[in-house]
Amino acid sequence: MSKSGVGARAKRKEDERFLYGRGQYIGDLRFPRMREVAFVRSPVAHARLKDVVIPGHLRSSVFTARDIAGVLPLKAVSPLPGFQVSEQPPLVTDKIRQVGELIAMCVADTRAEAEDIAAQISLEYDELPAVVDMLDAQKPGCVLVHDTVKGNVYVNVAFDGDIESVAKTAPVKVTRELRTARQVMSPIECRGFIAQWDSRVNQLILHGATQFPHVVRTGLSLVLQIPEIQIRVISPDVGGGFGYKAILAGEEVCLCWLAMRVDYPVRWLEDRREMLVANANCREHYYNITAYADNSGKILGFDAKAAVDTGAYSAYPFSAAIEASQVSAILPGPYSIPVYRCNTAAVATNKAPQLPYRGVARPGVCYAMELVVDAIAREIGKEPHEVRAVNLVRPEQMPYDNITDKHFDSGDYPQLLRMAVEAIDVNAVRARQQRGEKDGRLIGLGMSIFSEQTGHGTTADGKRRVLYEQAFARLTPDGRLDIRAGIQSIGQGLETTLAQIGSECLGMDIEDIHVKLGDTEISPYSSGAWGSRGMIWAGGATARACQELADRVARIGAALLQTDLKSVVVRDNGVYGPNGNVSLRDIARAYYLAPSELPGDIDPHGLEVTGGFTPTRITGIHTGAAHATIVAVDPETGGVEILDYVVVEDAGTLVNPMIVDGQIFGGTAQGIGSALFEEMAFDKQGQPLASTLADYLLPGCPDVPNIRVFHMQTPSPYTEFGIKGVGEGGAIGPGAAIANAINDALKSLGVEICEIPVTPRRILHALSTQVRRRA
Amino acid sequence: MKPAVFDYVRPATLDEATRLLGEKGVFSKVVAGSQSLGPMLNLRLAQPELLVDITSIPVLTAVSEQRDYVDIGACVSHADVEDGRIPDGSRGLLALVASRIAYRAVRNRGTLGGSLAHADPAADWISVFPLLGADVIVQSRRGTRTVAAENIMVSSFITVLQPDELIRTIRVPKISARARWGFCKFNQKAGEFAHAIGGVLHDPENDRFRAVIGAIETAPIVVADAASLFGGRFGPNLDARLDKRAVLALLDEKNVRDEYNRQLLLVALKRAAKQASES
Repeated sequence: MSKSGVGARAKRKEDERFLYGRGQYIGDLRFPRMREVAFVRSPVAHARLKDVVIPGHLRSSVFTARDIAGVLPLKAVSPLPGFQVSEQPPLVTDKIRQVGELIAMCVADTRAEAEDIAAQISLEYDELPAVVDMLDAQKPGCVLVHDTVKGNVYVNVAFDGDIESVAKTAPVKVTRELRTARQVMSPIECRGFIAQWDSRVNQLILHGATQFPHVVRTGLSLVLQIPEIQIRVISPDVGGGFGYKAILAGEEVCLCWLAMRVDYPVRWLEDRREMLVANANCREHYYNITAYADNSGKILGFDAKAAVDTGAYSAYPFSAAIEASQVSAILPGPYSIPVYRCNTAAVATNKAPQLPYRGVARPGVCYAMELVVDAIAREIGKEPHEVRAVNLVRPEQMPYDNITDKHFDSGDYPQLLRMAVEAIDVNAVRARQQRGEKDGRLIGLGMSIFSEQTGHGTTADGKRRVLYEQAFARLTPDGRLDIRAGIQSIGQGLETTLAQIGSECLGMDIEDIHVKLGDTEISPYSSGAWGSRGMIWAGGATARACQELADRVARIGAALLQTDLKSVVVRDNGVYGPNGNVSLRDIARAYYLAPSELPGDIDPHGLEVTGGFTPTRITGIHTGAAHATIVAVDPETGGVEILDYVVVEDAGTLVNPMIVDGQIFGGTAQGIGSALFEEMAFDKQGQPLASTLADYLLPGCPDVPNIRVFHMQTPSPYTEFGIKGVGEGGAIGPGAAIANAINDALKSLGVEICEIPVTPRRILHALSTQVRRRA
Repeated sequence: MKPAVFDYVRPATLDEATRLLGEKGVFSKVVAGSQSLGPMLNLRLAQPELLVDITSIPVLTAVSEQRDYVDIGACVSHADVEDGRIPDGSRGLLALVASRIAYRAVRNRGTLGGSLAHADPAADWISVFPLLGADVIVQSRRGTRTVAAENIMVSSFITVLQPDELIRTIRVPKISARARWGFCKFNQKAGEFAHAIGGVLHDPENDRFRAVIGAIETAPIVVADAASLFGGRFGPNLDARLDKRAVLALLDEKNVRDEYNRQLLLVALKRAAKQASES
C-alpha cells in the first residue's frame, strides 16, 4: 500500500477550494447576456387547466405548454410486470396534478423581474378533489390522478409465502401499523441549470447541478429529440445531491428548449420554497406488519402489506417503481426469515413525485423491520439485541441468498451487533434506567441493524443488467496522472478517492494526480453517483484503467532499463528493475517527447486508457451496519435529547477511512432528521403545509450528537480491493434506532409510537391518550 | 423568492425618518435588522413601496443608564445584549433571553425594536419586556408617546403603532438585588421560534410579582399580580404551587385550545417558577 493509496486517511484535495470559498456552483456562474427564468406554478393540487392568461405586453417573455409542444413528455417506465405507464409533461398541458407543478416559464434580465412577470399571469382552472392519502387513494371509486394508472397504483410488487401455516402454530404474534413521514431532501444548494446554444460547435450546453451528467444528456436527447452529440452537460461543483440531483425534471427541459430558440444563455435557480413546496419530496411509507415468532424471538414468518406514497408522477429515470420494489425486496433486512409475504403498492397521489433520497426505501424498511423486532422482544420479555442475534444471517452462511433472492456477498452481522452492544454498553444503560433520573426524564436504548445492498447494477428486481462504468486515465508528458470519470462528485470527495486508487495502481502521490469529473464532453459514459456505487463502480473502473496504464508504463520502463518486463515493478513514482529504476516522469518524457529513445515496437496505444468495470456479481454488494443510541425523553414536554450515538459499519475495504467517517456523520445527521424533525404535512386539499425552513424543521448542529463510529472491514469478493458502498448507510439506521430508543424510554408508561418523526407533539399526544385510556 | 420593486432610503436623522414615514399615500415600512421583514419581502408577503432603513440614526443605537431604568435604543441588536455591551438592569435576564434568540447570525443583525414592532407572538422580547414592566417610547412627526410594553401588541403581527410611528427607545426598569426571575422557552430545535414561553419575576423591593405566558398566537398573557396563579405570595417551591386551573382558565380566555400547546405552556410557566424560586 502506498502512503496515499487505498486505505490512507488522505486529506481531501477538493477542500482547499471549498474552504476558501472558491467552489463554483451554478449560482456562481456568469455568462455574458445571461437571463433568468422564473416559473408560474400551480396553486392547487388537482385541477383541469382551462387557460393561462398572459397580458399582451408580456407575450414574448412567457412560454406555456402550447409553445413547447414539440418537446416530448418525460416518461419513466419500469420494466416490472404490471407497471402502469404515465407521462409527465414539462409544462402542464391539460391537467394539474400537484401544487407547484410547472405551468409557464417567464424570462427576464433578473430573477426578480421574471417573478414580477410570473405574478401577472393568471390561471383559469376547474378544481378536482385532491388525492392526498395513499390508503384512501387505493379505495374503490377514488378519483384518479392519471387516467392510465388504474386504482391509483403505479405498480404492486409482491412476494408470496405460506404465512397461513406459520400462523396456525407460531406461539408469538406481533402486529404493528407503521408510518414514516413525507420528507423533503434539503441539500444546501437547491437545483439549478444554465442552458445555452453554442453556435460554433452546434451544441446545446447545459450547466447543471446533477449527480449524473451523462444520464441527463440521454434523457434530454429523448425529450428534445436532438442527437446526444449535440448536447453537452457540465456539472460544476454540486452542493449536495442525496438523490435530488439524480433526476431529469421539467425545469431543465424547458430551459433547454428556450436556449435552443434564443441567442442568450438562460438560468433557473431553484429557491428553497420551490424545493419544499413543489419538488424534493421523498420517504413517505405505510406498513401493516404481522410477525410470527417462537419463544426465543426467532422469526418464523413475516407478513407485510405496505404502501409508498409515490406522488403525482413517475420521476425520470428511476420511475415510480423504485421505492415500492425496494420495500418488498429488502424488508427482510439482515435476517434469515423462512416464510415471507409482502405486497407493496406504489400509490399515485396529488403530491410532488417521490424521489429517491439517500438510502431510497432502506430507511423506511429498516424502521419498519426494526420496530417490529423490538415489539417481539417486548412481547417475549427479552433484550431486543438478543432477538436480533437469533435472527441474523451468520457469517458461516456467506455467501447467502435470502428469502427474496438477495445475494449477501460477505459480512459478519452478529459481530456488528456485538460491537454495537458493547460500544453503547447495554448493561450500563439498563442499570441507569433502574436508578432513574433526577430531572424526571426517561432514558431509552434503541438499536437498528441492516444490510444495505450497495452499488447494484441491475433493475430493482435483480433480473437485468442496467449499467457499466468506465474511467479514463492518462499519464501526461510531464509525468502526472489525469483521471477523468463521467460520475460526479456531490460532496463525497471523489476527486480524492479516485486519485487514491490511481495512486495505489501506479505508486504515485495523489498530489500528482488530477481527477476531472462531471462533463459529458471529457469523460466516458457513466450512470452517475447514486446507490452507494461510486467507489465500487467508478473506483473499480479507475483501477482497471490505471492497472492497464501501469502495464504500459512497465513495458516502457523495462525498455529504458534494458531489462525484461517480468523483472520490473511499478512503485514509488517509477519503474524498478533489478539494476536500477526510471521515474514515471522520465518514462512520460521519453514516450511523448523523446520517442527516439524507445525501441521501435513500443505499444502505439499510448499512455492513455479507458477502463471499464463491473463487479463479479452485479446484484449488489452488501454493506452491513448497526446503530445504537441512548436518548432522554422529557415526559412533560415530549422533548428528546440524544445522549449517545454509535455506528458500527462494515463497508469492506475503506479507500479513505476519514471520508467514510464523514459520509457516516452526514448520513446519520439526515437520519436524525427523519427520526425527530422532518415532516412535510399536507392539508385535505393537497396543499403542502411548509414553505420555508421555519416550518420544515431540519436538525441543526445542537441536535446532532457526537457520533461514535467503529469499523469492521470484511472485503467483498466481487469488487476491486474488496470495496463496498457506504454513501447512504448513515441515513438508514437512525430512524429505527432513535424510535426504538424513545419507545424503550416510554415502555414503563405503556406507550409505543409507530410513526416518525417522533415529535414532542406525538409523544405528548401518545402519553395523554394513554392516561385517558388508563383512567 | 425575490422581492417586488420598492424604494429604499437610509436617513441619518430621526426627523428625516419620521418625515418619510409621515408621507401621505405611500405604503412604507421601517426596516432595521431585516431578519423578519427581509424574508417576508423575498416571499412577497410584504410589498411596501418604501423601505425606511433606520440603522444609521445614532439616537436609535444609543443606550443610557439612569438610576431606575436603562434606555435601550430600538436598533440595539440581540447580540449587543447577549454579549453584555449594554448595561444590564435585569440581573442577567435580558442577556439570557438574547442568547437564545434564533441563531447568532440572526442575533448579529436583528434588533430589539424590530422584534417588538414585528409582533411575532412566538418571538422573545414581546413576552420579556412586559414581564419586566418595560415601556416603549414611540416617535412620529407628531411627537413622542409612551406605551407600556404589554400594550404594544394587539394580536399576531399587529401592534398599536401607527403607520407613521417608529419605536425609538425601550425603557427597561432595573430590578433590585433581591429580585428573582425565571424564564423558560420551549422549541423543538435550537433556534426555532418558541412553542411556549413562561416567565416569572419577583422583586420584593417594590412588591412586584409578575408572570407572562407567551408564544400563544396572539399577544402574551401578562399577569400583573402572579399571586393569583400560585395561590399566594412568592416563596420556595413556587412551581409546586402553580394553580393549573387558573392558568388553563387564562388560556381558555385567549382561545388556546390545542392540548400540546396548553401542556407546554403549563410546563414552561412551572419551570420558570422553579427557576425563580430556586435562584
